[in-house]
Amino acid sequence: MLRRLAQSRASGGVRLLAVTLGVFVLMTILNGDRFLSGRNLASMCFQFPELGLFALAIMLALITGGIDLSIISIANLAGLSAGLVLAQSTASGLHVILAIFLALGVSIACGLLNGWLIGYAGLTPILATLGTMQLLMGLAFALTKGHAVAGYPEAFQTLGNGTLAHVPVPLLVFLLGAIVLQVLLSRTALGIRLSLLGTNPTAAVFAGLHVRRLQLATYALSGLLAGIAGLIVIARTNSAKADYGTSYLLQAVLVAMLAGVDPRGGFGTVWGILLAVLSLQFLSSGLNLLRFHEAVGPYINNFTKEFTWGALLLLVMVLHCAKNQHPR
Amino acid sequence: MRPAIVAARNISKSFGGVQALREVSVALHRGEIRGLVGENGSGKSTLIQILAGVLGPDAGEIVVDGKTHAHLDPREAIRAGIQVIYQDFSLFPNLTVAENLALNTELEHGTRFVSRRRRRRIATAALARLGRDIDLTQTVAELSVADKQLVAIARALLHNARVIIMDEPTTALTQREVQTLFGIVADLKAQGMSLLFVGHKLQEVLALCDAITVLRNGRNVAEGEAAQFSPGDLVRHMTGRHLQGRPRATTVSEDEDLLKVTDLSKAGAFAHVSFAAGAGEVVGITGLLGSGRTELALSLFGLAPADSGTIEIAEQAVRIRSVPDALRAGIAYVPEDRLTEGVFAEQSIERNLAISGLSAWAHPAGWISPARLRRVVAPWLGRLRIQTPSARMPVAGLSGGNQQKVVLGRWLATQARVLILNGPTVGVDVGAKADIHAQIRELVGHGLTALLISDDLRELAEVCDRILVMHRGRIVREIPAAGCDENALARELGRLE
Amino acid sequence: MRALLHRHEFYLAALTLALSAGIALANPAFCSVANLFDLCQGSTVMGLFALGVLIVLVSGGIDVSFAAIGAFSMYVTSKVLLGLDFQGSAAVALVLGGAIGTLLGLFNAFFIGFLRLPTLIVTLGSASLFRGFLLAFIGTAIVNTLPAGMVRFSKLTLWEMRLADGTIAGLPASFLLLVVAALLVGCVLQGTMLGRGIYALGGNPVAAARAGFNLRGRQLFIYGGTGLLSGLAGVVHACMMRNANPFDLVGMELNVLAAVVLGGAGITGGRGTVLGTLLGVGLIVTINNSLILLDVPSYWQKVVVGAVILVSTGITARTGWARARGAGLC
Repeated sequence: MLRRLAQSRASGGVRLLAVTLGVFVLMTILNGDRFLSGRNLASMCFQFPELGLFALAIMLALITGGIDLSIISIANLAGLSAGLVLAQSTASGLHVILAIFLALGVSIACGLLNGWLIGYAGLTPILATLGTMQLLMGLAFALTKGHAVAGYPEAFQTLGNGTLAHVPVPLLVFLLGAIVLQVLLSRTALGIRLSLLGTNPTAAVFAGLHVRRLQLATYALSGLLAGIAGLIVIARTNSAKADYGTSYLLQAVLVAMLAGVDPRGGFGTVWGILLAVLSLQFLSSGLNLLRFHEAVGPYINNFTKEFTWGALLLLVMVLHCAKNQHPR
Repeated sequence: MRPAIVAARNISKSFGGVQALREVSVALHRGEIRGLVGENGSGKSTLIQILAGVLGPDAGEIVVDGKTHAHLDPREAIRAGIQVIYQDFSLFPNLTVAENLALNTELEHGTRFVSRRRRRRIATAALARLGRDIDLTQTVAELSVADKQLVAIARALLHNARVIIMDEPTTALTQREVQTLFGIVADLKAQGMSLLFVGHKLQEVLALCDAITVLRNGRNVAEGEAAQFSPGDLVRHMTGRHLQGRPRATTVSEDEDLLKVTDLSKAGAFAHVSFAAGAGEVVGITGLLGSGRTELALSLFGLAPADSGTIEIAEQAVRIRSVPDALRAGIAYVPEDRLTEGVFAEQSIERNLAISGLSAWAHPAGWISPARLRRVVAPWLGRLRIQTPSARMPVAGLSGGNQQKVVLGRWLATQARVLILNGPTVGVDVGAKADIHAQIRELVGHGLTALLISDDLRELAEVCDRILVMHRGRIVREIPAAGCDENALARELGRLE
Repeated sequence: MRALLHRHEFYLAALTLALSAGIALANPAFCSVANLFDLCQGSTVMGLFALGVLIVLVSGGIDVSFAAIGAFSMYVTSKVLLGLDFQGSAAVALVLGGAIGTLLGLFNAFFIGFLRLPTLIVTLGSASLFRGFLLAFIGTAIVNTLPAGMVRFSKLTLWEMRLADGTIAGLPASFLLLVVAALLVGCVLQGTMLGRGIYALGGNPVAAARAGFNLRGRQLFIYGGTGLLSGLAGVVHACMMRNANPFDLVGMELNVLAAVVLGGAGITGGRGTVLGTLLGVGLIVTINNSLILLDVPSYWQKVVVGAVILVSTGITARTGWARARGAGLC
């Protein structure tokens, strides 16, 4: 049984690759040239890095046996604090650097708050991050009185819209984050400790792990990933809002589940996230293009997508469940 | 032969391709105490769960009072008078004692509405049968372990039980409580009750049972009157091989006290505990439940720091307020409950082995590639005699004994100088037990100090150099192991009352 | 008396009273009959949702789909009754809304009870599924004219009084619905084996299975019941607003969760009472109401609710029961 479980984890990657290619082919068939057009492919490359970073953040918390529901709020608060610096008419290069560091600092601080609540104050991750999700969003609103903060220097917008050697900058940032996280999880002592903590938190205490510090590190890091996503969001849209992209939370959880991250903790890979986020982006862009389709077009809107994500999440969970039936 | 009250016939059961039971049969007659013995993983717990109706067999049948069932459900089993007392007691920590006692009865009667008066009546009657008194309005979470077991037994007796299955009931009990339990069991037998006593402490089984069924690898391998078996026979049936005699206790030279504890106290747990242990020495600690021995161990490991007193390692005073403090001082701990506190079940053997020594094995900056991990772990697999096709398999696939070797082994690469072992061979089969004892002796041979906390008097007598007896939070006796055997130890412990 | 001092509910009630007194000093309008009736009205929808969430939390799960269920039931009920040109009593609307809610709750129960999937992820998914279905395939336009029965129900009051300025303040009849629902849920949880089974499930799921509790049946009841209460809450909300807006309700999940958690329930299961939950709802509604009376911008409510969740769970995490459980063997 265990050997099979181990195999199923490995073959899960192959299956996921097949799913990703399948979605790609399906969307190509349904949308034809429009899907394969350079414009569509390019726009996908600018869109999915945000979701990808959120999914990496969710995966990290899930691996340690927790969950971070506050990532979107952290991203928006971090984005806003950068936006407030950048939106000044006199914003200079120095301001851009300052804004970036401010956003990253804010996101790490928010993550540390989560880590402290979970590790030191003893809250369950679900309630702690639900609480901070609300608290931080409220603070972001209070900071701006609900208005958007828009208009940033060109130099900063490159982070969201620019390319470097024809590769979109957001994609580079995401790939960098993914590689760093992959190395961290598979080739460092910290990564091994995080996985084992997620597998059995009690045993982790007896094995001498610094559980509280590990939790601080986990949530600080997932906060940081969210903060980077927040920066990309405001650079791409040239504005920051307190409640931008709340639907990303569900999608990030969906990507993580699709990627085979174990919701009970201990297992998850960056490669899985990479494939899962691609397949979701193909689906999302494909659905968008279907709006031009005569028959189904009128039915395709944001709400259809919301429905699709919910249904997909349940479907993915059911398939995982059928695959990993435990005798317990 | 008279008909059995309950019988399992030719039961087979597999979990995802692993055959847990193959055509196993066991029968229980009125007024009989039957021992069901076997190593861990021999299928005992699966069989219990099938008799209790929690699991359904793949093949075979269960006969209750001559009536054949392909599968019992839990309610049918209870209605038929079958009660299981699980190792973890199966109580509800958030509910009161009264409700815990009455819940199953109410469920069995198909009660829809709760009546406080009836609940109280049921609960009082249940405890009266054991002649004990526990505050009925307390929540179970607030009870001591011994009281929890009492509640579990009282609850089992409520259901016009005719068959009581006890799953390793003595694991959490001390010598004296085992005697009390045996008294209760004998009473129950006199009342015509049948008992299935599941365990692997052979002396207990032989002393208590009328008949014995032995399982190995999910099959029946022996069965008969208890008088037919000697302990050696049982071991041979359980393991399928002959075992070496006791490991020879080495005498040690105690040049310096590696660990010195002076006047250590913790309110409500232990008081004025002082002792010293030298390098190369195994010091046993035993005592009744509530004697404070586990609390002492946990305070040395920083999980429940002491209120006052001093701890010295190699003549340096150390302050231990947290687990990291203890690790820094070189104190390591092998926990009591392997499955919930010891192993990371779904993770690989190599990760389980490496986890505590990662800082030593990783590159100073924290890098440790999978290849490096494999390389550093490989020698330990051999040294610990862990049998596995690959170190990348989940540790859950190992037998209990091999899992325990992994938990023990993870401290070897650390700077640990004092190893606290809390019940290291509880639930470990006879073969692996000898390996673990040898391992402990080998470790101290390299200059470590081991504190061995155990109820297993034979283990204490065979492995330790001296034995500290704790009673009501104090060390009351120190017994040198030289010339001491388990009978002598039992006499010493008996004198405590 | 000593028992009283150990009750979570006692401190909650004291806190609510102290807060009320403080607000009343700052703004005497708080104590007016009209405002008290407002508080009751404000508590009704949240209270109905909270009772459902309480059941789920006691069983050891969590539900974030109840608001989506409420919106779905509310909108579909209004549409259907309007489509039929139904002129009869609002009771039919409540029954229909409750039935739709129950069905959606049973949908959750299928995944949780039969496939044993984690409750948070299932209800996250189903919330999005329900809301997406509602908005994509049923409609997005606000229904401004409700069926006649619902309009009549919205004007029905239990008790009215004429105020000094000549206007009439009334306690809406729907408040009675909350009272009845609370009594029923309380009786089921405390006085029936069904309810005790839910506490048992939350306290020790393995032992509950061994004792022979029908766990799937319980999960059907838990999530079906929560769906029923959410459906009712949705219909009552429409009656109070005098319209059915499919975008309403979703977004209040955290207010409700905060109220229930404040009331002493925890997502580790096995804890929580109806009285505590109602007091928690009362406190959250009072806080939100007072922030309005004190002219605090509405977004601070989010900050306060977030802080309430963190502080109240932080406190329960440190109280005796949780610690005893951590140390206990079972």
